[in-house]
Amino acid sequence: MEKPDLRVNLGGLVLESPILAASGPFGYGHQYRKIFDFSQLGAFIVKGVSSEPWEGNPAPRLAETASGLLNSVGLQNPGLKSFLSSDLPLLRDCGTKVIVNIVGRTVEEYAAVASGLDGADGIDGLEVNISCPNLKAGGMAFGTDPDATSKVVGAVRKETSMPLLVKLSPNVTDIKTIALAAEDAGADALSLINTLSGMTIDIDSGRPFLGNIFGGLSGPAILPIALKMVWQASEAVRIPLLGMGGITTSADVVRFMLAGAGAVAVGTGIFYNPEIVSALKEGLLEYMMKKKIYRVEDLRALAHRGGFAGDN
Amino acid sequence: MKKESESVKHYSTAIVAAKQVVNDRYCKLALEATLVAARARPGQFVMLYLPSQYGPMLPRPFSIFAVERDKGSITLLFETRGRGTALAAGLDAGQDLKLLGPLGSYFPEPQPGALLLAGGLGIAPLAFLAKSTTVPITLVYAVQKADHLACQPEDLSRPGLKLLLATEDGSAGFKGSAINLLSNQLEQASALYSCGPRKMLSKAASAAAKAGVQCFISLEERMACGVGACLGCAVKTGQGYKRVCSDGPVFQAGEVILNGKT
Ligand SMILES: Cc1cc2nc3c(=O)[nH]c(=O)nc-3n(C[C@H](O)[C@H](O)[C@H](O)COP(=O)(O)OP(=O)(O)OC[C@H]3O[C@@H](n4cnc5c(N)ncnc54)[C@H](O)[C@@H]3O)c2cc1C
Ligand SMILES: Cc1cc2nc3c(=O)[nH]c(=O)nc-3n(C[C@H](O)[C@H](O)[C@H](O)COP(=O)(O)O)c2cc1C
Ligand code: FES
Repeated sequence: MEKPDLRVNLGGLVLESPILAASGPFGYGHQYRKIFDFSQLGAFIVKGVSSEPWEGNPAPRLAETASGLLNSVGLQNPGLKSFLSSDLPLLRDCGTKVIVNIVGRTVEEYAAVASGLDGADGIDGLEVNISCPNLKAGGMAFGTDPDATSKVVGAVRKETSMPLLVKLSPNVTDIKTIALAAEDAGADALSLINTLSGMTIDIDSGRPFLGNIFGGLSGPAILPIALKMVWQASEAVRIPLLGMGGITTSADVVRFMLAGAGAVAVGTGIFYNPEIVSALKEGLLEYMMKKKIYRVEDLRALAHRGGFAGDN
Repeated sequence: MKKESESVKHYSTAIVAAKQVVNDRYCKLALEATLVAARARPGQFVMLYLPSQYGPMLPRPFSIFAVERDKGSITLLFETRGRGTALAAGLDAGQDLKLLGPLGSYFPEPQPGALLLAGGLGIAPLAFLAKSTTVPITLVYAVQKADHLACQPEDLSRPGLKLLLATEDGSAGFKGSAINLLSNQLEQASALYSCGPRKMLSKAASAAAKAGVQCFISLEERMACGVGACLGCAVKTGQGYKRVCSDGPVFQAGEVILNGKT
């Protein structure tokens, strides 16, 4: 059998592989470029960038939990200007497409970052992280409200003609409403899920462990929740989905695709295994050969359509 | 001044050369890891990817305690605390595991008259530092009580090294706080190098500042990537948050904020 075709079209971005690096765990990429070959990635999603530098949350910022990781980094980042002058140049020639994740505390800030990034040399797409607290609405996350979602996405859409991904928060009552709001406001694709809000307590001190008290839970612990949300979103919208949340094996990759994702991203998994990206890709190819699937696109949403024909 | 890291990030396979159970708390692990052994500098650390059958686990950071360049091996010294260190203590000679390193910044080379202060497991990077030079230095090794000595005085000794033990209960060496013992030595010291609990580091740093002596400290923080990408291992400094894994773990004491909300 010929080598299966791994190319996918993610909202106008044509990617060589359906396995991407999620925003955050890899930072701005330079450290990990010394450890693994970025040309193995379908795309690299850069850590969140805001208009001005953000200091981030007090320490400690990390706590390991059962099959998961709580982080409260607090979107620390050097701001748009410094990102463009110091970080982005180091990503040119990294061997894959670059998508920049945008964060903000007001609709105007999101729009300003999008406008500053639009058309910059070395950027192939944007991803809007709508999990940030909305300063003008008492700190409630944009992504928990369909109207706020629509406003942010609409404002960013006006600033860019690049492929636009919207990254959904799982901390919501109904993911379908938010997914629809983002699609209607002009998203080309949806990324899901971001981290789930959680906390832990240090039993020696008797106090919350994280400096920020609350953090975001990632890793294998959240995979079943992410999978369900991808399944639900794929029933609600027509645009492609980038599935993520707890991926550590190629079986996880396949599950997300069968649930409706056109591509997937790995985040926390890189911490467990710095060589995970090539391992996932090999495993996916092996699976496709075994199942005689020639195009990875053919896996998409198969679970909604009764799975594989026959009795296997 | 603090030296910047020049570490090369090797993700490689290491083989357990030997394991020595020191007592029910402490364990020494010698690993064959040629590239790490060739490059490691005192103060640097490695991330160990411990094989766990029951679900994934983040790698664990450990200071390099000793290096035998001719054998291509490094030794780690650790205390069994939770899941990760229990797995590390369960490894046997001949087993292999993945490792990333050497990582982080390292101590500047000690000048004659340097004073080293180790609190508890803080002995690990300072033992390596003490052995990395032949100049006369003083090492103060402070623990709660004698059976908390993770390594024995004879393991540390070398010509030109003055070793002072301190225990809180007087069960070995000087009785009382290491900071008191330190203050007599500090005036003549060329610089202070310290690793141990935050409280001790903070006291040592202010004593050094008062005496006008340069002070280098090695910090610990929870880590995920170990290479400076995730921004999880933050420490507060005069210029915002820095990363313990890649801006540190060795910092100039005046640079970091150790007290209050960090
Ligand atoms: C640069 C550096 C160098 C180091 N060098 C050494 C060394 O040379 N020797 C050495 O012994 N150690 C060293 N350490 C510390 C070592 O990394 C830790 O002891 C080790 O990671 C503990 O792992 P564990 O799985 O055994 O413990 P864990 O299971 O991680 O638990 C340790 C403690 O943390 C707390 N904790 C853990 N998770 C949570 C949670 N989710 N919520 C609340 N509390 C929690 C618990 O109180 C527990 O007792 C170093 C650390 C750093 C950063
Ligand atoms: C340390 C860390 C930092 C993150 N930073 C960002 C970020 O800047 N922007 C964003 O949209 N998501 C961020 N995320 C969320 C991840 O991109 C991803 O959605 C989530 O962790 C679930 O995937 P995983 O389980 O594979 O990590 C971060 C996650 C982690 C663990
Ligand atoms: S552990 Fe990731 S930046 Fe230090």
